[in-house]
Amino acid sequence: MLKLNALSLLSTLVWLPIGGGLLTLLIGDSRAQVARWFALLVSIATLLLCVPLYQGFDHSTAVFQFIERMPWIRQLHAEYYLGVDGISLPLIVLTAFMTVPVLIAAWTVIEKRPAQYFAAFLILEGLMIGVFCAMDSLLFYFFWEAMLIPMFLIIGIWGGPRRVYATLKFFLYTFLGSVLMLVALIYLYLKAGEYSIAGFQSLPLTLVEQRWIFLAFLVAFAVKVPMWPVHTWLPDAHVEAPTGGSVILAAIMLKMGGYGLLRFSLPMTPDASRELDWLVIALSLIAVVYIGFVALAQTDMKKLIAYSSIAHMGFVTLGAFLAFDIMANTGSTSGAVNGLDGAMVQMISHGLISGALFLCIGVMYDRLHSREISAYGGVINVMPKFAAFMVFFGLANSGLPGTSGFVGEFLVILASFKANFWYAFLAATTLILGAAYTLWLVKRVIFGPVANDQVAKMSDLNGREFLVLGVLAAAVLLIGIWPAPLVQTMEASVRHLLEQITVSKIPVG
Amino acid sequence: MNPQLLLAIPLLPLAAAIIAGLAGKLIGRTGAALITIAGVAAACVLSVQVLWALLHGAPPWNAPVYTWLVSDNVSMQVGFLVDRLTALMMVVVTFVSLCVHVYTMGYMRDDPGYQRFFAYISLFTFSMLMLVMANNFMQLFFGWEAVGVVSYLLIGFWYTRPSAIFANLKAFLVNRVGDFGFLLGIAGVLYYTGSLDYQTAFSWAPGIAARTMTILPGHAWSAMTVICICLFIGAMGKSAQVPLHVWLPDSMEGPTPISALIHAATMVTAGIFMVARMSPLFEYSDTALSFVMVIGATTALFMGFLGIINNDIKRVVAYSTLSQLGYMTVALGVSAYSVAIFHLMTHAFFKALLFLTAGAVIVAMHHEQDMRKMGGLRHRMPLTYWTSVIGALALIGTPFFSGFYSKDALIEAVGESHRYGASYAYFCVVAGVFVTAFYTFRMIFMTFHGEERLDHHAKEHFHDVGWDMKGPLVALAIPSLLIGFFTIEPVLFNGYFGSAIRVLERNDVVAEIGREFHGAANFALHSVLSLPLYLAIAGVVSAWYLVLKRPALATSIQQRFSWLYRLLDNKYYFDWFNENVLARSSRALGYGLWRGGDQAIIDGVLVNGSAGAVGWFAGVARALQSGFLYSYAFWMIVGLVMLLGWFLVRL
Repeated sequence: MLKLNALSLLSTLVWLPIGGGLLTLLIGDSRAQVARWFALLVSIATLLLCVPLYQGFDHSTAVFQFIERMPWIRQLHAEYYLGVDGISLPLIVLTAFMTVPVLIAAWTVIEKRPAQYFAAFLILEGLMIGVFCAMDSLLFYFFWEAMLIPMFLIIGIWGGPRRVYATLKFFLYTFLGSVLMLVALIYLYLKAGEYSIAGFQSLPLTLVEQRWIFLAFLVAFAVKVPMWPVHTWLPDAHVEAPTGGSVILAAIMLKMGGYGLLRFSLPMTPDASRELDWLVIALSLIAVVYIGFVALAQTDMKKLIAYSSIAHMGFVTLGAFLAFDIMANTGSTSGAVNGLDGAMVQMISHGLISGALFLCIGVMYDRLHSREISAYGGVINVMPKFAAFMVFFGLANSGLPGTSGFVGEFLVILASFKANFWYAFLAATTLILGAAYTLWLVKRVIFGPVANDQVAKMSDLNGREFLVLGVLAAAVLLIGIWPAPLVQTMEASVRHLLEQITVSKIPVG
Repeated sequence: MNPQLLLAIPLLPLAAAIIAGLAGKLIGRTGAALITIAGVAAACVLSVQVLWALLHGAPPWNAPVYTWLVSDNVSMQVGFLVDRLTALMMVVVTFVSLCVHVYTMGYMRDDPGYQRFFAYISLFTFSMLMLVMANNFMQLFFGWEAVGVVSYLLIGFWYTRPSAIFANLKAFLVNRVGDFGFLLGIAGVLYYTGSLDYQTAFSWAPGIAARTMTILPGHAWSAMTVICICLFIGAMGKSAQVPLHVWLPDSMEGPTPISALIHAATMVTAGIFMVARMSPLFEYSDTALSFVMVIGATTALFMGFLGIINNDIKRVVAYSTLSQLGYMTVALGVSAYSVAIFHLMTHAFFKALLFLTAGAVIVAMHHEQDMRKMGGLRHRMPLTYWTSVIGALALIGTPFFSGFYSKDALIEAVGESHRYGASYAYFCVVAGVFVTAFYTFRMIFMTFHGEERLDHHAKEHFHDVGWDMKGPLVALAIPSLLIGFFTIEPVLFNGYFGSAIRVLERNDVVAEIGREFHGAANFALHSVLSLPLYLAIAGVVSAWYLVLKRPALATSIQQRFSWLYRLLDNKYYFDWFNENVLARSSRALGYGLWRGGDQAIIDGVLVNGSAGAVGWFAGVARALQSGFLYSYAFWMIVGLVMLLGWFLVRL
């Protein structure tokens, strides 16, 4: 039988929501209310399990903790190998945290097959946590691919009218990326004789090998982030996805790309990263500036926030790859950790803020059934509580100090100045562009006189919606006012990562 | 100094703001007013106590409150640096804020957003205090942005008015352009000093002065110049210097109390304060200071011109604020930081007073702001009239009034300076005296003198304001009249600021004036021999002649110089350029990149382009539509789960 003890905390985090999801399926749509409560309790239990995880985690070391390791597929030398470090821990907690409001927000809104909807999110949660704690790359790949399935179903079943196009685009993009990653992983396996991520990280590779592997990984992760120019699936997927799907997509799934860059690309191919960092930096800056302008032109609220996500994720990829230019420019690594810390904080913060913004749009969509900006106007007159949240999250999205949105961008801009003045210059345009598209949206939707009769009939937040947005607002404020604990959690691992990428892996002689 | 009490100074207004904002319904209108007034009054008393202690020999306070974040050995802290510069700002901010809080009770009496308004202005007080009390760049930026947000919320306070929500977005975005530079400047400070703490960063300043950085290939610029200009761009946004001044006149869409508090007395002076605080950096770049001076001088003169032709009582005061901010900026540019802060202080009192009297007129006139529909109001509201006149006389620099001391010292300091551009600046600030006197008294005469031009509606509903609004007028009139006389000597010439402001000896124009200074009374009497006094008199007389004596002449001048009038009426076409060129081309660029880049090239060519891909696409689409993909996906999940499950159970 299943062996659950204190040592298998990570397994529990992975399998509890998956098992809970399967049971929710069994409860079925006929007993929807039971299924909802059951699913919610499972997600809360999963979140509570993060407490012992966080408390038991020793942030003074970069060593992987809570390790569970046993053979999985012996013929392939693949292992069931789980562990966390300071880079994955915050992302695991974020995943567990975001699933709860998604379920609460869907409570009465999802009328079609509610049990299956709740089950899909629980299963998705487990698989995503699996991605973050897998230390065997085949296991990682398994979770990586598996999590797409519930997401396809969520968009495909509960999505909007063009959901087929959106899912296909999503599928094609990610499939292309994943295949290349699988090829790279197989190559590495053939060289190393195992699938352990740590083994891949310490495996010597020639520059040519690294280059190919780096590019294969880059395609896979760039699609997920998404980076320009492989980003066009995201706005379509968001527009068609139900609210919860958008939230999880923006809050967690995009982070897989950033996580992959930090866990695979940088430490496994440090020399190729050094050589090709200009590519990532250029794409990141294009994401900030180009996408910032594109966001300005959107007329659909969800698309606007989707583009905003791409621009904000540009800071993640930028921060992650600044180290080499900083070393070249200043001759020291001082500042490189700022960039990496900034990338990590930005991932967490973006998860909270973009998730909250998609929930806000969901709140309005549930009442008016339109995502068009022009259908709204003067919402504050009828929904003052909601307006307060929307303005707050809008300001957070504009990087207001005191909210989490500021911390990551600030660190990345500080670091990029050390690499190159123009990186900082272009990155800092987000101050103007981010504020322009977000607050212009707020102006058109929230402020002004009541635009039409339908807006006049909108009712303010109910208790459940208030709870969900309130919890997210509190988290955004907490990280903004006191980011030290979050940064401290990952500091040792980030420093270790920096050490890894400053040492060449090219075999001598 | 007691750290708990220091902490209480910003936190009391914050707590009051939170209570009034979240529990506004619960505590009611009176409750919200009382609790926020209590909060800011306590902060004011404590600030005075802090200033008192510093004046009596207490050493400056510099200590962290908590560690915000540590990354890469850079420790970013929230902490306070309370020296005499800070303490002066704290007293000005809390005192003006207190006056405005009390005034608001009357001004906003009938407004449904009463509690919200009190919550905002208390939140503003907190933010501004965090800004001035910061001991590091991170917190400075926090306060900087936080006051910007509260300003955004307050300009758009009447959110159903299209003009208000246009103005608040504009204000925020223009400020963000400034913040863009500011943040780069902060990043530069960290790059060259390795710290965001003021004290550490300042101690590195002489070292940075020697370093250069290459921004454009082949051009090595002084690193200090780049940093200081970047920082100053932030100040240009916040303190509304040309060309980032465009948001301030529009900010008059907000309720008048906040125009007085935020857009005259405190927030807009944050840029001035910031440069003075950064004097240990700016002193090492003559180029940056010349830049500061020229921008300030341009703002001082050319924004004053715009006040001349405006008929909206609040906007005249707003342009006057722009012009006076320009004066302060010029003072910074000639290294007379202490004079800039001195003018900031006197200006805070008399300009807040002028705004509040304008607000009293507006309320009495039942929300009429057009001066052409006023006139003769001095009989109807004598106290407002007399306090207005005190404010106006202070503004134009009448000897013995507070504004005289700061402005005359400022003009003399500019005259002493030999920095590049100083003669242009001197011309601007001297010519500005005439302009200031002219528009100020044009406003006084149009509003309070001559015959009544009130329309029927205003006449019928006219009611003088109550003592909740008159009280603050008196409270502000007293310092507007007296504070210059009593403080010029200690603040400017007795080393009041100590180490808070650093001036290199070769730049020290204030010391030059100090050698000629023989007491405040003497300083005032001495002005009889100087040009500015006569320019001010000429300005008042011209205003009297054109407004009261021969109004027809004004009209004919306006027709004669119609091109000039059009130029001024269109505010030098800055707004036109921003809206029609910058904003429009940004939107067009965004649209073009979206339709052309994303949809036509990436999606059209790269994604959907190749025929094979399309065919495959269609094939999969058919499968999907027949429902196979769902079952496939479902079985895939089941299979994967069973695989892993089997493995787990087997163990």
